[in-house]
Amino acid sequence: MSNIRLRSILKLSLLSAVLAFTSNVFADPVKAAFVYIGPTGDHGWTYAHDQGAKYLKAQMGDDVVVTTVESVEENSDSERVITSLARKNDIIFTTSFGYMNPTLKVAKRYPDVKFEHATGYMLDDNVSVYSARFYEGRHVIGKIAGRMTKTNVIGYIASFPIPEVIRGINAAYLAAKSVNPDIQIKIIWVYTWYDPGKEADAANALVAQGADIIMQHTDSTAPMTVAEETEGVYAFGQASDMGAWGPTSQLTSIIDYWGPYYLSRVQAVKDGTWASSDTFDGIRQGMVKFAPMSSAMPLEVKQEASKAIIDVMTGAVHPFTGPINKQDGSPWLAEGETPPAYPDLLTMDFYVEGIDSKYPN
Amino acid sequence: MNEGLLIDIIIGISIASVPLIFAAIGELVVERSGVLNLGVEGMMIVGALLGFVVQFHTGSPFLAVLAALLGGMAIASIFAFLTQFLLTNQVATGLALTLFGLGFSAFVGRGYTEETIQLITSVHIPILSDIPYVGPLLFSYNPLVYLAFFMVYLVWWFLFKTKQGLVLRAIGDNHDAAHAIGHKVIRYRVMAILFGGAMAGIGGAFLSLVQVPIWGEDMTAGRGWIALGLVVFSSWQPFRVIFGAILFGGITILQLHAQGFDIRISAQYLSMLPYLATIIILVSLRMRLKNKTNRTVPNCLGRIFHSTT
Repeated sequence: MSNIRLRSILKLSLLSAVLAFTSNVFADPVKAAFVYIGPTGDHGWTYAHDQGAKYLKAQMGDDVVVTTVESVEENSDSERVITSLARKNDIIFTTSFGYMNPTLKVAKRYPDVKFEHATGYMLDDNVSVYSARFYEGRHVIGKIAGRMTKTNVIGYIASFPIPEVIRGINAAYLAAKSVNPDIQIKIIWVYTWYDPGKEADAANALVAQGADIIMQHTDSTAPMTVAEETEGVYAFGQASDMGAWGPTSQLTSIIDYWGPYYLSRVQAVKDGTWASSDTFDGIRQGMVKFAPMSSAMPLEVKQEASKAIIDVMTGAVHPFTGPINKQDGSPWLAEGETPPAYPDLLTMDFYVEGIDSKYPN
Repeated sequence: MNEGLLIDIIIGISIASVPLIFAAIGELVVERSGVLNLGVEGMMIVGALLGFVVQFHTGSPFLAVLAALLGGMAIASIFAFLTQFLLTNQVATGLALTLFGLGFSAFVGRGYTEETIQLITSVHIPILSDIPYVGPLLFSYNPLVYLAFFMVYLVWWFLFKTKQGLVLRAIGDNHDAAHAIGHKVIRYRVMAILFGGAMAGIGGAFLSLVQVPIWGEDMTAGRGWIALGLVVFSSWQPFRVIFGAILFGGITILQLHAQGFDIRISAQYLSMLPYLATIIILVSLRMRLKNKTNRTVPNCLGRIFHSTT
């Protein structure tokens, strides 16, 4: 019933797309929906996506209707939410890895709706995947961490053992190791994306165990507040500038900048040019940015970090450049070799050699 | 492992268990009076929000905690009105209260996710706090930590050493009999529910003021539900709440430290442990109940009281 209605709406919008060539007056606004894993106020991952959605709205104005649904768990709940959104929208962005299967399932049932799944790797005729090369950002902060640590221990708060998180750990470790051979990385898995209390507990545990640099791959600002309270501990923000919570302790933040991508995809729906695609952009395309570097960083460190950013941007350096072995000693990349996005990067499920934590199962 | 680390771990466990102690000791009194309030999570999150907001605007920790206490009570009073005067189903009303609290705090707290507050400082008692090992372990906490343990004592004293405590327990066990001999069932229960709200509110505020000085939607992350489990775990005995809270909090903290030391116990198994313990205790309670030797579960728990006279 509603499917038929949806089709007729789509036919109408196709008609208006044709009409749009002569006049813009009849064009229907594109209906775009976003599914978020956490609250938009997390100041991390979801906040960054929501900034992207706001950018989209600001750029397209009346040509787009944006719907957002926050704090959708990665269980059967997400399938229900995506399904109900699919009935009313032209394009749906599902912004967490765990939405992969629900997104693909719903996409099969709604072939006329476009789906965009963040950080996944499964495509379909109406399902695109997109992700940012956050590991490029982790490469840069790894270099900074390697220089700034006094205890030679980096504490890493990790969420779930998925490829994106593993890439970040490996990239940060390799970069830190490249400037500081004595570096050690302690990894704590908290098995949540967002639980300020638990993230703070994990940060405290890492500091107690000797870490003086905290990296987080969870979404709240809690680890940053722990660093701020503790003398001599620095931290890196996640997904957005968390400087407000760590005025003296934030070295920099990796900023996820989704806005232009969202704009281009929704514009493509409006123009009728949308096609399933696989996007994996990084520093060069502006999808990964950085917060201002802290004045706590000596000039040489700032220069080295800036050079790392430029090297990645120009392609002179790839964060994963061989020779790199896997943790068990088996070879991964040969001398000078860099990995392809798929399968190596997008399905990464191993630590590199030198990390002495056991890989989570 | 050095002593400093051990001290850090113990302090971490104490901090993690305090919100649970507050919420659970409040709920324990509520359940002792024969009422089951599943809205603990909702009352906690409102306390967390109000504590943060008032601390942000006034900078006074005392007012912040007071606001959290009153906020928890205000939310609890909705529950009290609905269940005690309109005789609604307690389970459904409690669940609704949790959902309401989460939604309400998320809505009102919108503008505060950007803000930061000054951390409430811990106490520093001259001489005592400076004793090596003992000082940091016993005399250097936030005042609320001491309050939590004191409340447990106070609740024990009230329930078992005062006449009103005896009446409250009597009402929880048999409200019809208590009513028949002239005790004010509804009045006692409303007071108990309000006390539960106040404690849950402070527990939430501890989270947003002391444990992490930020406001984040949903930041209680299920601690209210753990507190409910704790009441059962403690088999409605106040001092066992402390033991349970340290067990729940301790497993969380130890699990994090174990990972840092790369001790391989699957995190999932560890997080399962407290719940498993709760189930075992529930089952054993039930078995003892069959033999009529145990009277710890309030008999009227969750039952609606309607005076016909």
